[in-house]
Amino acid sequence: MDIFLGLLQVILREGFIYGIMAVGVYITYKVLDFPDLTVDGSFPLGMCTAAALISAGVNPWLACLVSFAAGAAAGAVTGLLHVKLHITDLLSGILVMTALYSVNMVITMDRGVVPFYDLPTIFNSGLGGALHTTLDQWGWVLMALIVCMVVKLLVDLYLKTRSGLLLRASGSNAQFVISQGKNPGTMKILGLMIGNGLTALSGCVLAQQKESADIASGTGMVVMSLAAVIIGEAVLGRVKWMKPTLTAIIGMILYRTCLTAAMQMGMDTNYLKMLMSIIFVAALVASRAASGRGKHNGTAVDRTRI
Amino acid sequence: MAQQLTAPASEPLVRMEHIDKTFNAGSVNEVVLFQDFNLQIARGSFVTVVGSNGSGKTTILNLLCGSLPVDSGSIYMNHRDITKMKEYERSRFVGRVFQDPAAGTCPSLTILENMALADKKGGHFLLQPGVERKRTAYYQEQLSQLHMGLEDKLGIQVGSLSGGQRQALALLIATMTPIELLILDEHTAALDPRSSETVMQITRHVVEEKKITALMVTHNLKFAADYGDRLIMMHRGQMVLDMVGAEKDNLEIRSLTDKFNEISIEDGN
Ligand SMILES: Nc1ncnc2c1ncn2[C@@H]1O[C@H](COP(=O)(O)OP(=O)(O)OP(=O)(O)O)[C@@H](O)[C@H]1O
Ligand SMILES: [Mg+2]
Repeated sequence: MDIFLGLLQVILREGFIYGIMAVGVYITYKVLDFPDLTVDGSFPLGMCTAAALISAGVNPWLACLVSFAAGAAAGAVTGLLHVKLHITDLLSGILVMTALYSVNMVITMDRGVVPFYDLPTIFNSGLGGALHTTLDQWGWVLMALIVCMVVKLLVDLYLKTRSGLLLRASGSNAQFVISQGKNPGTMKILGLMIGNGLTALSGCVLAQQKESADIASGTGMVVMSLAAVIIGEAVLGRVKWMKPTLTAIIGMILYRTCLTAAMQMGMDTNYLKMLMSIIFVAALVASRAASGRGKHNGTAVDRTRI
Repeated sequence: MAQQLTAPASEPLVRMEHIDKTFNAGSVNEVVLFQDFNLQIARGSFVTVVGSNGSGKTTILNLLCGSLPVDSGSIYMNHRDITKMKEYERSRFVGRVFQDPAAGTCPSLTILENMALADKKGGHFLLQPGVERKRTAYYQEQLSQLHMGLEDKLGIQVGSLSGGQRQALALLIATMTPIELLILDEHTAALDPRSSETVMQITRHVVEEKKITALMVTHNLKFAADYGDRLIMMHRGQMVLDMVGAEKDNLEIRSLTDKFNEISIEDGN
């Protein structure tokens, strides 16, 4: 029973933390219709930024803001490569992801793993500290939940603003944005900034929880968050009151549950990344089958474009 | 003195001067479409454009809207040289409805959200509330003029409307804020005969009520003859017919069809 509870805590805690990234990827992938591979680089960027700043004694909340800004800058570069230099969406992401590896090395001063134990983080100081003292492990889960929900609510609010509506329009009909006198390229860049900002924030929060940053942590982040978005939509997409941001977060929790279950069944950790891809393919195939049954109004979506 | 007062009014709204346009220059697919093409559109006129396939109708519209650049020549609108202006910048004073009903509206947003965005065309799109509730009555009043019952469906996604409904809505959206020129590219071609009749009537209503200068491409010679006060026929990048006012009013659909067949035979269709 204790083992089970312990696993549940880990799944929820990490689900909420990675859920922040899932919300970001929801924006680039679903709202903007942009398959953004920058994510594999901006996640460790957030982790490394957190490690560098907190080691230097910076306030952990400020570290969150700076990480968001760093991720947003990475997203802006991807967007500029795509919009201004007309490099394809996939390649723009790959280029920035690759370049970010060097950036992350510089930030961590050539260290692959940067621990920063016993320094103040959002989990062991202030509100997080108080929660941890009273609720022990559940305190961390609660803290992750709070951060994740604040992000989700802010994103929901943003998508209802004038700028947010235009962002949604630019993903589904760029000509419509042009007709409203706005440059759809600018909206793409903005969306990529938000998406990668949230991804880096997710990395920053995870680093603070683990009190350590890992430069190799980015591998598989695109796959994981896309899977979360797709699973969430397939399982809960038809629940009217649930916003897609929430279904993405729940999708992430379901995905983490699958991974944890496999690990518990004795799977070698070396197979983890492969399993991440396999679950993704399974989710994609299942969601296609589900939407094939459900949707009649065939708004042309090229489903081969991931 | 009197001359000075009337001069600006008779000045055309749009002037396309000495336009050259070649596609795929230098390749085997080269198409020399326009060579020293000139077109003036008077303020307040409603021009219908007909012509064979590939005669350059859509290209004229694309050049006016800025979706395509000219090779050489200049385009003026309302005294401004807009030749180098970007398409999205021109949108502030040029409205456009496309042949494809999916192009003029945003399918994933609701009718209300579509109208709210169009309402703010050219303004700042920042963190203000996307939909201003106090404007909904105005939107409903506008929608009720379409007689399609859309005023009761503000909250539904535009993607689930029929083609005719979407085109009617696209017309409203394109003319929501004051514009100088309305461009219609076969905007009823994808609709069934009844819906296209309805959308044409709405078009006339909107153009007359808002006193917009309009340029409408159509393959329907009857629409071309019935609507508007000037008719242009295009053929291989040239105007082969240009009738204004009384001359157009007296035009018989028969002679228009004959002329059209004549140029089509030349093309071997
Ligand atoms: N973007 C483009 N690239 C290459 N060629 C083009 C392009 N746009 C138009 N053309 C060519 O220019 C010519 C005129 O095309 P345009 O679309 O203006 O004709 P149209 O009068 O609108 O014809 P339709 O009645 O079929 O719509 C055609 O020969 C076409 O192949
Ligand atoms: Mg055409």
